[in-house]
Amino acid sequence: MRPGEVLEPFSLPPVTRTTLALFAGASGDHNPIHVDLDFAREAGYDDVFAHGMLSMAWLGRALESWVGPERIRSFGVRFVHLTHVGDVPTCRATVRSVAADRETAELDLEVVLADGTVTLAGHATVDIPVSRSGGETA
Amino acid sequence: MTSTTFTVERGRVRMFARAIGEHGTVHDDLAVARAAGHPDLLVPPTFFFTAEIEEPDAFAFVADHGVGPDETILHGEQRFDYRAPVHAGDVLEIVPGESTATAKKGGALLLLERSTVFLRDGQEVARSMTLLVVPREVAPA
Repeated sequence: MRPGEVLEPFSLPPVTRTTLALFAGASGDHNPIHVDLDFAREAGYDDVFAHGMLSMAWLGRALESWVGPERIRSFGVRFVHLTHVGDVPTCRATVRSVAADRETAELDLEVVLADGTVTLAGHATVDIPVSRSGGETA
Repeated sequence: MTSTTFTVERGRVRMFARAIGEHGTVHDDLAVARAAGHPDLLVPPTFFFTAEIEEPDAFAFVADHGVGPDETILHGEQRFDYRAPVHAGDVLEIVPGESTATAKKGGALLLLERSTVFLRDGQEVARSMTLLVVPREVAPA
């Protein structure tokens, strides 16, 4: 990893109502605004929208795809914009800096939709993966 | 604001992992997890929030700061710090910290912040920070 390096984007399938229903049950966030269209309309929305923590979970998957499980030291996000049914999110990362000892890196993270809307903006501190040959991966 | 106990159930970890799109990884497949040296399924990075909200009084602190049941509450920020891997079968002690309330933009926003520590056998394995945002009507000056 080098400062300024852009990591391979992590693409996700379009958001479906099934995904929102499964995540409601699995995550324990049963707020009806994410799964009940009638409730969402009464609350003034056109439709249900995704849990913010679902997008953060996707970003967590992306982080693990970039550096491997157990290499995340800290991981934080700001929830910037709603994600709706049919949206196609992509997780992105740029290396902000690498520690002097080259053991950890700071990553700037975001989740963006197909039209460029940023839904999550975040940051992670990660242990830099070491390749099997013993050197640092490119 | 007492601490609670949360048992990390294998089925719950797998259900959470599959719901976020994991298939055949250390988070949902026991054989894959064990082949990678894990004693059981590894919890995904954001699973700690699920452990935290399992407690029915997890958000009681919101009312403690005078936020009413009909007010809009937005999840503004979330952060996790990790100290050690957590697996299915672990028993976590969840220790909520003091929460703070800060008015911003002349009272148009109330920010509520709370940290939570996760312990296993008395040792910290993770901590989380949640920032909630409560938009409020402000009378014109």
